[in-house]
Amino acid sequence: MAVPVVAGDAIEDLELRLLLEAIYQRYGYDFREYARSSIRRRVWRRVAEENLATISGLQERILHDPEALDRLLLDMSVSVTAMFRDPSFFSAFRRVVVPVLRTYPFVRVWNAGCATGEETLSLAILLREEGFAGRFRIYATDINSEVVARARSLAFPLQRMRDYTQNYIQAGGTAAFSDYYKTYGDSARFAAELSDDIVFAQHNLVSDSDFNEFHVIVCRNVMIYFDRALQDKVIGLLRRSLVRFGILALGQKESLRFSAHAGDFEELDGVEKIYRRVS
Amino acid sequence: MSAVVVVGTSWGGLEALGRLFAPLPPWFPTPLVVVQHRGSSSPAGAMRRYLADRCALCVVDVEDKQPMEPGHVYLGPPDYHLLVEEGWLGLSVDLPVGHSRPSIDVLFESAAASYGPATVAVVLTGANTDGSRGALAVRAAGGVVLAQDPEEAERPEMPAAAATCGAEKLPLDGIAHRLLEICPPRSEAG
Repeated sequence: MAVPVVAGDAIEDLELRLLLEAIYQRYGYDFREYARSSIRRRVWRRVAEENLATISGLQERILHDPEALDRLLLDMSVSVTAMFRDPSFFSAFRRVVVPVLRTYPFVRVWNAGCATGEETLSLAILLREEGFAGRFRIYATDINSEVVARARSLAFPLQRMRDYTQNYIQAGGTAAFSDYYKTYGDSARFAAELSDDIVFAQHNLVSDSDFNEFHVIVCRNVMIYFDRALQDKVIGLLRRSLVRFGILALGQKESLRFSAHAGDFEELDGVEKIYRRVS
Repeated sequence: MSAVVVVGTSWGGLEALGRLFAPLPPWFPTPLVVVQHRGSSSPAGAMRRYLADRCALCVVDVEDKQPMEPGHVYLGPPDYHLLVEEGWLGLSVDLPVGHSRPSIDVLFESAAASYGPATVAVVLTGANTDGSRGALAVRAAGGVVLAQDPEEAERPEMPAAAATCGAEKLPLDGIAHRLLEICPPRSEAG
């Protein structure tokens, strides 16, 4: 699929800003402060997929056809994910976060930007294995309600299970991974009781407000798509949603270091980007 | 920051990068942003240490939202796309482009969109054609594209493909020399 060559171009920049303004005003999704270069690529990919020639053409279609917006939203939500992806993160979570969580009678976790639920399910399995069964709840949210619905199904393509099993073992998993799911055709469906610990819901980090007080927030490779100003606002929201000394876990190549909130957190693991709120 | 230098390489690139950066002074006025096709199994920090030992610039492994400064070389991490914004660098885990993540085309196109004619793109040794679409974007935006002379490159395919898209072919030390000529000294920078 050929994406048109993108050039530094004032008209294209204007079209992009107008498209994002149109989406915000018509539908309420605010992508105006997303990192410009990455959203530009995603928009152009959608322009090509829709067989259009310009970003203005995409704006016209999106304004008049809500399903076109749904397709763009799906583009924005789809990203690389796998169960126990970055096994070293989950090992560090066991080592550094779990001991802190044992001090709470009931653990509340927010998995912000849960996409199709692989990360959420991995956290649920880890916490059960670490002895928290019945004493935790994960609130798993994503901007896209269709993606959240898929996450609720706890079903994934069976062919991925071999990779997921490798990840699980490297992450320090203590059981036989296949005990957690049953095979139905070419699907692997995870045990329904795992969903007892999880609430999946739609939530928009950009426009919705903070909710609840969490002991842990896991928000990995979500804010890479935000520009610096938006990331600072969202980190502020995450901070307000944490108990004092609550844990914030980011993606391996993310950092609080360049944010206005760096001083509100201390680093628990500098490699895996696990932080604790101190103010 | 008024300009950016973006560099893409693949097979054989580590040594070529070392030779490219060696002649540049520590006060080089424009940030240099590098993407090399490399697997995540490469030991953390090895590339940074290799280059830091061979040049006077400050070599940094990029984290998301990293601000760009003069006198610095920024290395994109394996398995993420690296994107140039105005004054800072962003990461993405979008799908590979042409089987590559990081993609040199993605780097170059983002630089062209953010810096327009103030973009300088450099294509070094490599065994595929990643970077040639990006070279077109940089040239369309009024920027400059330089390619390592394919005849001296360890693998010629990548710089040769860039040359067919309008890149100027130069030997490695010629590229360093040209960078010193065209990157605006700090007192003249915006």
